[in-house]
Amino acid sequence: MSAVLSIRNLRKEYRPGQPVLKNISLDVGGEGVTAIIGPSGTGKSTLIRCINRLVDPTAGEILFEGADLAKLSGQKLRMARRRIGMVFQEYNLVERLSVMENVLSGRLGYVPAWQAFLRKFPAQDVTRAFELIEAVGLTEEFANRRADALSGGQRQRVGIARAIMQSPALVLADEPTSSLDPKTSVEIMELLAQLSHARATPIIVNIHNVDLARRYARRIIGMTGGEVVYDGPPEGLEASHLKHIYGGEDFL
Amino acid sequence: MSLADPALPAKPRPPAFPVNWTSRIAWIGLALYTLYATSILELSWARFVTGLDNGAKFLARMFPPNFAADKLELIYTGMLESIQIAVVSTFFGVLLSMPLGLMAARNLSPGWLSWSARALIAVFRSFHPVIVSILFVKAVGFGALAGILALIVSSMGFVSKLFAEVVEEMNAKQVEAVRATGASFWNVLIFAVMPQVMARFVGLAVYQLDSNLRNSTMVGIVGGGGIGAPLFTAYQRFDYDVVLTILLCIIGLIMLAEMASGRIRRIFQ
Amino acid sequence: MSAAPLSPVEREWRRFTPSERIARATIYILTAIAVVWSIKTIEIIPEFLYDAPAQTLDLFSRMWPFDWAFYPKEIHAALIETLHIATLGTILALILALPLSFLAARNFTRNPILNFLAQFIFVSSRSVNSLIWALLFVAVFGPGALSGVLSIAFRSIGFVGKLFGEALEEAQRGPIEALTATGAPKSMILVKGYWPQVEPAFWSVALLRWDINIRESAVLGLVGAGGIGVALDSALNNLYWDQVGLILAVIFSVVVLTEIVTSTIRRRII
Repeated sequence: MSAVLSIRNLRKEYRPGQPVLKNISLDVGGEGVTAIIGPSGTGKSTLIRCINRLVDPTAGEILFEGADLAKLSGQKLRMARRRIGMVFQEYNLVERLSVMENVLSGRLGYVPAWQAFLRKFPAQDVTRAFELIEAVGLTEEFANRRADALSGGQRQRVGIARAIMQSPALVLADEPTSSLDPKTSVEIMELLAQLSHARATPIIVNIHNVDLARRYARRIIGMTGGEVVYDGPPEGLEASHLKHIYGGEDFL
Repeated sequence: MSLADPALPAKPRPPAFPVNWTSRIAWIGLALYTLYATSILELSWARFVTGLDNGAKFLARMFPPNFAADKLELIYTGMLESIQIAVVSTFFGVLLSMPLGLMAARNLSPGWLSWSARALIAVFRSFHPVIVSILFVKAVGFGALAGILALIVSSMGFVSKLFAEVVEEMNAKQVEAVRATGASFWNVLIFAVMPQVMARFVGLAVYQLDSNLRNSTMVGIVGGGGIGAPLFTAYQRFDYDVVLTILLCIIGLIMLAEMASGRIRRIFQ
Repeated sequence: MSAAPLSPVEREWRRFTPSERIARATIYILTAIAVVWSIKTIEIIPEFLYDAPAQTLDLFSRMWPFDWAFYPKEIHAALIETLHIATLGTILALILALPLSFLAARNFTRNPILNFLAQFIFVSSRSVNSLIWALLFVAVFGPGALSGVLSIAFRSIGFVGKLFGEALEEAQRGPIEALTATGAPKSMILVKGYWPQVEPAFWSVALLRWDINIRESAVLGLVGAGGIGVALDSALNNLYWDQVGLILAVIFSVVVLTEIVTSTIRRRII
């Protein structure tokens, strides 16, 4: 399995001398969901956001499609970002736009500004958008509904459709279920896992619900104190590991 | 086993409805101020009553409104000019407010720029359009141009400030999400910034048109063109029936404008 | 046996429905026509335009330095009078507009005739500038602060009434329903159900209008309704530009101060 993403010695300090990420090295590839678990503040979100440079790392390399993302800027960074889709905890849809416009915004890296302004996207993009809207479990009527008229679960589905619309080589999901109720959380994780296998695209998910991680992830990465302390299949995740990651037994 | 020792006295409870002293003091202060100011300005009831008698005579001279042909023509030209003044000043005022508002937005501009822009906007807002008209009349002469320039200034003072607030209240997360797809700067602007901002902006523009229509009826009093001049002339000549006609036209125009603006706002919702 | 795969059917998406498109297009076209027509029909005398920069410089050079000595004797008292006019006018407007707002609010008063009547009063009040109201009141009550106060009040009724009426209509039905269910009389529902919800809006609107009224009161004197406008009018008539400059500077400072005060208070309340 060749790695789609290789992280080498990644380090991030928001304040000098207090690193949030200490020397992370990982390879991610193949289909399926990779879940990162760990307590709040341990750098899970920072790690994910470093990959597509929503946060700038202090040191290290992030190798993706033949380039080091940590060193890119301007146009090249934009082009790299087109190849990475992202799903957010709070969906981050443009609320005043319709579902269709939000899904199509996944293609904004590829269409010129005048087309975006006139909403004249290429026909195959529009067709694909309709297909994706249905693939994530919504029906065609949703296409013209405004994003802020949707429920949380529906909005997250649109967010996922937007990410897949980019035809990305990698999808990042920063706590995609944290704002959702338990049943919808399961549905969303199910959707992510299914899409990952159907499109053979690796998805890295940041999650603090360990059960969901165990159920849907092919690989679990446990972090604590800014370091990776467990990296393996869900079956191998034992109570002792969890205690190390989260500290204390109360939550088990 | 009893939970509390009955021998101990119960703790006194806090008052169930504590007095909101700030509120009470504010109301009392207001009442006292009203009494004070009324006496200082010598606003006595007697003056008011004598005035009412005058008022009756005044109203009698206003009715019926004067619809003579030559007067109507004068009024028609004047109203038309007021409308033109309002349209042009709103158009340019709103247009110029976009860059000014963007410069004043603290989340987009560097500190020194936003500070200067805000200071300029404050200056524009502080002066009543009539005062600004007086200055422009001195600079560019009597007529509609002075009125237009004055209203452009006051439009910019209002619209830029509110536009800057709209831009500052923008939801940054939506912008971040669109940036993460690799969209270009302009695409981010078009798909993440504009949708958030445009609806409010249209509302502001339409409101400003209304406001300028109102103001354009009065800049003529100091020479800025529009219906204000015939109004003032009729007033000084004691032709109160003409004054009434003009007032009715003005009220009618504003009412129409308010209805139209509500419609327009809904269309761009 | 599966059928041969169909080539993907291309699906269309339209951002706006046809009627929406027509509506938007109409507005764009009308706006363009209005602007072009308006610009064409304005008469601009070219000589005046070329002269403008020179005139402006001349104006500013005459205004500065300000006639500082002018302040204590004339301006201070007039300024205070302006503030009183603005404040009393606002207070009077609030007193008159408040009951009318309740009549205008469709959730409080269910009689459409009363609603319409109240709204009509508000629109008429708003349509006439305070300066024009001042003309009328000076004709009736004579020059002076009384006319000024009434002008401010009558203009502000429409502003306050509209915004406060909207705040009333946006009041949540829940608490109102709860109080009605207890059998409370309408007056109690007003005091304990509506008022607590709309009180912040009331103060916000009141402060906003007071701020605007300070600006308006300053110019009422131009037509004789009292305040600093009277001094401004005589200075303008006599072409004492240095006095004019001083008066403008004073007005500017007061307006800025008032705005700082009101925005601080409004931020605390909201």
